[in-house]
Amino acid sequence: MEDRSNQEQSTKIEGGEAAVIQLSRVSSLEKAGGLWCSLRPFYEGCIHFMLFVCASISILVTVGIVVVLLYESVQFFYDVPILEFLTGTRWSPLLKPQHFGILPLLCGTMLVAGGSAIVAVPIGLGTAIYLSEYASPRFRDIVKPMLEILAGIPSVVFGYLAIVFVSPIIREIFPSAGVFNAASACIVVGIMILPMIISLSEDILQSVPLSLRAAAFALGANKFEVTVRVIVPAALSGIMASFLLAISRAIGETMAVTLAAGATPKLTLNPLESIQTMTAYIVQVSQGDTPTGTLEYRTIFAVGLALFITTMVMNVIAQYILSRVGERYE
Amino acid sequence: MSSKPDIYTTKRRGRITNMLFTSACFLATMTCIFLLVLLIWNIIIQGKGWLSWEFIERLPSRFPDKAGIKTALWGSIWLISLTAMFSVPLGVGAALYLEEYAPRSRWRKLIQLNIANLAGVPSIVYGILGLGLFVRALQLERSVLSGALTLTLVVLPIIILASQEALRAVPDSIRRSAYALGATRWQTVWYQVLPASLPGIMTGVILSLSRALGEAAPLIAVGAMAYVPFVPERLTDEFTALPIQIFIWTSRPQEDFHHLAAAGILVLLVVLVSMNAIAIFVRHKYGKKIRW
Amino acid sequence: MASTPSVKKHMQSSDKTTSDHSKSPIVRPSIPEGKSMRTADELAQATEKISVTDLSFYYSENRALTDISLSIPERCVTAFIGPSGCGKSTFLRCFNRMNDMIEGTRVEGEILLEGQNIYSPRTDIVSLRKRIGMVFQKSTPFPKSIFDNVSFGPKIAGIRRKKDLFEIVERSLQRSALWDEVKDRLSESALNLSGGQQQRLCIARALANDPDILLMDEPASALDPASTARIEDLIFELKEQYTIVIVTHNMQQAARVSDQAAFFYQGLLVESGATEELFTNPRKQQTEDYITGRFG
Ligand SMILES: Nc1ncnc2c1ncn2[C@@H]1O[C@H](COP(=O)(O)OP(=O)(O)OP(=O)(O)O)[C@@H](O)[C@H]1O
Ligand SMILES: [Mg+2]
Repeated sequence: MEDRSNQEQSTKIEGGEAAVIQLSRVSSLEKAGGLWCSLRPFYEGCIHFMLFVCASISILVTVGIVVVLLYESVQFFYDVPILEFLTGTRWSPLLKPQHFGILPLLCGTMLVAGGSAIVAVPIGLGTAIYLSEYASPRFRDIVKPMLEILAGIPSVVFGYLAIVFVSPIIREIFPSAGVFNAASACIVVGIMILPMIISLSEDILQSVPLSLRAAAFALGANKFEVTVRVIVPAALSGIMASFLLAISRAIGETMAVTLAAGATPKLTLNPLESIQTMTAYIVQVSQGDTPTGTLEYRTIFAVGLALFITTMVMNVIAQYILSRVGERYE
Repeated sequence: MSSKPDIYTTKRRGRITNMLFTSACFLATMTCIFLLVLLIWNIIIQGKGWLSWEFIERLPSRFPDKAGIKTALWGSIWLISLTAMFSVPLGVGAALYLEEYAPRSRWRKLIQLNIANLAGVPSIVYGILGLGLFVRALQLERSVLSGALTLTLVVLPIIILASQEALRAVPDSIRRSAYALGATRWQTVWYQVLPASLPGIMTGVILSLSRALGEAAPLIAVGAMAYVPFVPERLTDEFTALPIQIFIWTSRPQEDFHHLAAAGILVLLVVLVSMNAIAIFVRHKYGKKIRW
Repeated sequence: MASTPSVKKHMQSSDKTTSDHSKSPIVRPSIPEGKSMRTADELAQATEKISVTDLSFYYSENRALTDISLSIPERCVTAFIGPSGCGKSTFLRCFNRMNDMIEGTRVEGEILLEGQNIYSPRTDIVSLRKRIGMVFQKSTPFPKSIFDNVSFGPKIAGIRRKKDLFEIVERSLQRSALWDEVKDRLSESALNLSGGQQQRLCIARALANDPDILLMDEPASALDPASTARIEDLIFELKEQYTIVIVTHNMQQAARVSDQAAFFYQGLLVESGATEELFTNPRKQQTEDYITGRFG
């Protein structure tokens, strides 16, 4: 307020009669604000700072994840040489004799991720192409909410379905399969990541400019040729990124694989056997009462670190591809 | 005869591949729908006989026909309320900073990239973070508070990304007009930008919270208990949650527990579908009104 | 910097290379009845409201305005004309510092508002923008009720009493000639108004702040002829109280509503002066070519 009246004073002198009238009219509005005016910059600054803190929390979360994982993992690697951890072919930290080779867990994870990709990629890509290129707007309006529902079904529900519904069917077809088997996990995880592949790929396909389609049609190509020879290749890198994101999601998928795939870490590629993934192992240890500070307790963090790095690398690659795709059509 | 193609006939081979391809894509789409219907139908068949008012009101039990989801349901309500209280202000605040305040600098790019990556971090990793940070370092133990804070971390990136999108949809002309009327940055945001983007933000928040409602993995990592015979009353109480209860029942070998799990899933799905319906309603009702 | 029009008259013959008198003079369209156009002499006597001295403006490294000096008289309408991209909007935005919102911009020179430098570090942008209202090319009502739109300015200035707000809203809407059309539906969404009504609402919204100066960037370019005429009438009314600066592509409109006109070309102020003079007797060939439509 102080400032303002000073300013008025100086203008009065410089601006002459007319200005005085004008200014008194203006300041009537200003005065109603009262004390507020002088506090305004401070108040604005506080809000700016608070919002800045909110945004910075995301950085803190990342730092937190890395620190927590590293802190316990480093202690873990004092007792277990990192080479043994990365190359050992047996994983049995909870039973004597203990073995700390992560390969069986990694193998289980990759088996489920690969299997679910085999289930999800063809169906997902086909659906995305159909929705983007062929479907009528009305059909899309019906199907897309259904896919949203599918995307919203919690992971534990898929675990239930794997055990109660999918696994019995698999055992019917392959009598050698166990109650817990990788195949049922692959199928339900595949269904889980379907909506993700579809919506990401469809967005990418939609972002291919209309002019490209028009140009291809103008050259006498039919719909199939336009789609397969022009649109899909143009969108290919983006579609690949969507696969990467979906597979990374499958790698991090927890409840469904814990329920469906069993708890026997095994270096196998046979989907009919029971296996264990990294995530399932973490759940297994968390459920028990492992005392803090023991080697067994620290395995969670070491496995968590491996999981974090795997998914992070895939996500970063996918994000990089997507950001480049975004630039291309800007 | 003529070297030029007749305009009334297409190449036969091209037509067949075209048709086959179209049918294959259509089949893929129908498979998705069929799977969804099949899965939900299966759950309904398995669970409907077990769903009753008592099921919702009873405490957990070793005996399937006496078991209920009272504690799990209340645990979930606690978790979701707390998570909403923590994550919404933080998430919307962060989105406001990134969209309305931050200069287009390297720092902003870094935060943005970081958030996109956090959204892809498996929820179980957040569970491990919660275990190390909230349960151990901050000594919050296996409390509702630990669980809610962990879930906050899980949904925070999703809320931020959704809110950012909603804020970006508000045209710049609104901001310019407000500034031209002498509004400060915060007044512009508070009186104009935020109200205009509220439907979008609400939709994002509801969807993220419904994701939090279905999460079990991070809660198991922070040590949610399988068997809690009481409803949490304080922030420090132990807790269980609906998805955890479903997990426990599903992992039992007995058939009856599977029916219980299905009934639990039905309750969970009803809540989730209602939340989705609200989100869709908000988006349509309030989103349509604003045509720029 | 304000060279009086009489001086300009003398310079006229020397500036203009080809004085071709056979050219049909631009006919000044009829002025609404009862309204008066300021003559060159009246203009010269008017108090100077804004004075611009050697203003240059840069978007990052691109110079959009070069050494502009101009005097804007009080309670007159000043029109900026010129081909697209010549920097009219940029110049207009310099007055209420809307360019500050664009990153990497730089200003040299000064703009004095009644002797106070707009670009002085002591200037409070918020107070400045309250004194200098702005109306944009596309009407930009907030997605709220009509009442909320108009009362936004006073509200953020701290006026909370409903009665005071209502008074301001009524007065502003009356001044912008919209009151009779909307007085029964103040709580309806502003987005339901027609384009012309929305634009007058935006003017009312600016007036509610009780500014001295109104900046208008092509305020009628998105409107039909009838709505345009209403806006022009309104400008005529408003100049009794406000200093108005308007950007327009429409030569007829510039000739109709403005007292002073300034012609810009590629970031330079080519010529400025009383509208009467500039339109009937331009001193520079470029100006004449532009206003007669023989440009480029
Ligand atoms: N935000 C911006 N960033 C960079 N350059 C800009 C920006 N806005 C305008 N310019 C440039 O400044 C110059 C003047 O633009 P300005 O918008 O002022 O022109 P104008 O005279 O208003 O044109 P029009 O009549 O088409 O509205 C143009 O060359 C334009 O490209
Ligand atoms: Mg312009």
